[in-house]
Amino acid sequence: MAKFEYAPAPESRAVVDIKPSYGLFINGEFTESQGGSAFKTISPATEEVLAEVTSASEADVDRAVAAARRAYNGAWGRMSGADRGKYLFRIARILQERAREFAVLESLDNGKPIKESRDVDVPLAAAHFFYHAGWADKLDYAGLGTNPRPHGVVGQVIPWNFPILMLAWKIAPALATGNTVVIKPAETTPLTALLFAEVVQQADLPPGVVNIITGAGATGQAIVDHPDIDKLAFTGSTGVGKMIARSIAGTRKKATLELGGKAANIVFDDAPLDQAVEGIVNGIFFNQGHVCCAGSRLLVQENIADDVEKRLKRRLETLRVGDPLDKNTDVGAINSKAQLQRIVDLTAAGEAEGAERWDNGCALPSKGFWFRPTVFTGVSQTHRIAQEEIFGPVLSVLTFRTPHEAVAKANNTPYGLSAGIWTEKGSRILWMADQLRAGVVWANTFNKFDPTSPFGGYKESGYGREGGRHGLAAYVTTGDSK
Amino acid sequence: MSTPTAAAPSVDATARARDLLGVSRLTNAALTSWLHGLPGVDQVGCEARAAGLGTRSIKTTSKAWGIDLAISMIDLTTLEGADTPGKVRGLCAKAITPDPTDLATPRPAAICVYGDMVPTAKEALGQSGVKVAAVATAFPSGRALMPVKLADTRDAVSAGADEIDMVIDRGAFLSGDYLTVFREIAEVAEACVRTDGTRARLKVIMETGELVTYDNVRRASWLSMLAGGDFIKTSTGKVSPAATLPVTLIMLEAVRDWRDLTGEMVGVKPAGGIRTSKDALKFLVTVSEIAGDDWLDPHWFRFGASSLLNDLLLQRQRMAIGAYSGADYVTDDSPSLY
Repeated sequence: MAKFEYAPAPESRAVVDIKPSYGLFINGEFTESQGGSAFKTISPATEEVLAEVTSASEADVDRAVAAARRAYNGAWGRMSGADRGKYLFRIARILQERAREFAVLESLDNGKPIKESRDVDVPLAAAHFFYHAGWADKLDYAGLGTNPRPHGVVGQVIPWNFPILMLAWKIAPALATGNTVVIKPAETTPLTALLFAEVVQQADLPPGVVNIITGAGATGQAIVDHPDIDKLAFTGSTGVGKMIARSIAGTRKKATLELGGKAANIVFDDAPLDQAVEGIVNGIFFNQGHVCCAGSRLLVQENIADDVEKRLKRRLETLRVGDPLDKNTDVGAINSKAQLQRIVDLTAAGEAEGAERWDNGCALPSKGFWFRPTVFTGVSQTHRIAQEEIFGPVLSVLTFRTPHEAVAKANNTPYGLSAGIWTEKGSRILWMADQLRAGVVWANTFNKFDPTSPFGGYKESGYGREGGRHGLAAYVTTGDSK
Repeated sequence: MSTPTAAAPSVDATARARDLLGVSRLTNAALTSWLHGLPGVDQVGCEARAAGLGTRSIKTTSKAWGIDLAISMIDLTTLEGADTPGKVRGLCAKAITPDPTDLATPRPAAICVYGDMVPTAKEALGQSGVKVAAVATAFPSGRALMPVKLADTRDAVSAGADEIDMVIDRGAFLSGDYLTVFREIAEVAEACVRTDGTRARLKVIMETGELVTYDNVRRASWLSMLAGGDFIKTSTGKVSPAATLPVTLIMLEAVRDWRDLTGEMVGVKPAGGIRTSKDALKFLVTVSEIAGDDWLDPHWFRFGASSLLNDLLLQRQRMAIGAYSGADYVTDDSPSLY
């Protein structure tokens, strides 16, 4: 078909040094588990086993929380904001220096294309540390209230879609505000968090300030339930978020939850169409659609629906799906077999309910977990693929006729994390942004993140904000101390 | 690979424009509402897309293929007041034998010169297959009366130019007088017809550096195609910025959408500022992913360049022998005077 075939351009794996097995990073060093088991983490692109990691037991969680408490009561709790900032700046710089290592490891363990881990995940992770480093000694002037001070020990549970970036979103504000951390990466993507443990050592952070323990749901639950945790921060599914909210109900624990989404990307007939198509593609096919704020519902004005559909499909035919380490790969591997199965099930439901299915027909590797970029047209609000979060490279296309109808359809979901508006009319952007019940509204762009900008949801997409001054607020208490 | 000459226009541009616009009389108001009805361009999104295409990594076999293709797409250009027949003959010799150490090296598509140098270039190029393109219509400013522009064009065509690179009246365009721009292009296109009924291919230089906005570039592209241009070209090379990747991307979208509308293909020529093989490969990636592989042909895509050729030759030699040679291992027929 193509005249211009791109020869393979793989990023070298030689830069990463993966150990055969990993313990738990507690109190500044890797330790053996007490009573925990081991599990394997694989590369979703090849199903190759990358390493064996530890499933932390309750006793391990207890050790980690105790280490964090000691650090909080010790050097870290007494440290000035300016000195905490120095550590954060140091971490940020080390992340930049070791950027390629992190990018390659992230793509290996997660399946995302190297161009995304290289150009988005790792630089943004470093940016979050830089940004929060600057706040560490200025919290009194951040407008958070009087006498802002840390909660104490923070438990953090992060998802598999942006492993190192979500780690940065969690750890950077926690440390900037003077808390100590027990964090658990997702069971399918623990390796960059374990590499980050090396960064913590390299930065000479006092022992126990950051504890990184691996495991699955039970380990996460042990963190949530631990009585000496003061605050929880979770990013993941709405189902698990609800469990956490139930678990901590009636306790003193504070929580921020960043959960699922079913974002509407709304394209008006006066939109810059070629850029809107790029925004649609970036909205749902970035990171294989494993994005909580993915623009998974395209709401397009009916009078341009055919044109947009034609342009979109033509564009999708140029997407390159394959080896995540190839620098020309646009769409990588689905993160896990379980996630692939969920995508397969939901897309089957879409077909069964009468939506028209199209995919770009690209060749897929024989091993690993893969799913072609897929578009459903003729979707109505009632279809499961318009209501449920698929968390995969699947776009549902719906139409609208008026701005009011667009708003009504966009808001008609239990979620409310993000939305996109495409129009050249500035006044309409402002009106729409006012009407949409979503934590983030992008205008003539999509999936843009910056540490200065707060991120978070409405309704079942969670509560609390991450990033910006608002994100700091979740990690401090204010007012007179008792 | 490419057809020798363009056929004479089968319909006159005004009649076809009336047809496409659905109007009984082609007025400036009709042109304005048509051009301003095109979807806008979001600057940030457009530039992000171009930057994304620029990160494609072109290696080994595809790089070798791309370098040869890029060489074959060059309009090797000299447009100096100091040009002499000797300089032009030197450039023609370079076009005929780009790399004397490797005679399998492809030749550039054309030599691009001022109109008075056409006979010299024609004679020097002989039967090599390298075409002669002449800039015309009071290049580069275009600030002359229409009879002068037409005489300039006819002069180059009758001297044997295979291709005419005209400039549009940017002043008229920016003041909203699209009809004047349309008429000028259509009349120059008629002046490209030779006595035997064949015609020189017409490249329309929009001087995008003076149009400034991407919306203007898109409108000028559509206006140029509507008026009968065979090629849309970014720049004269005398104004900065010249050929940028985002501007070329907008033009490639225009020719792609024009084909959807009319079934006809129009060529694209970025000119000025493309000096390295790496840049040239970025443009080829953009051609492939925006307009499609049909445009990956010297008949439909050109680079207006001079120093680019030698950088491509250096890369070509490196791919052949595995090491960089150096500037003195490629011949230079257009060294700086200063």
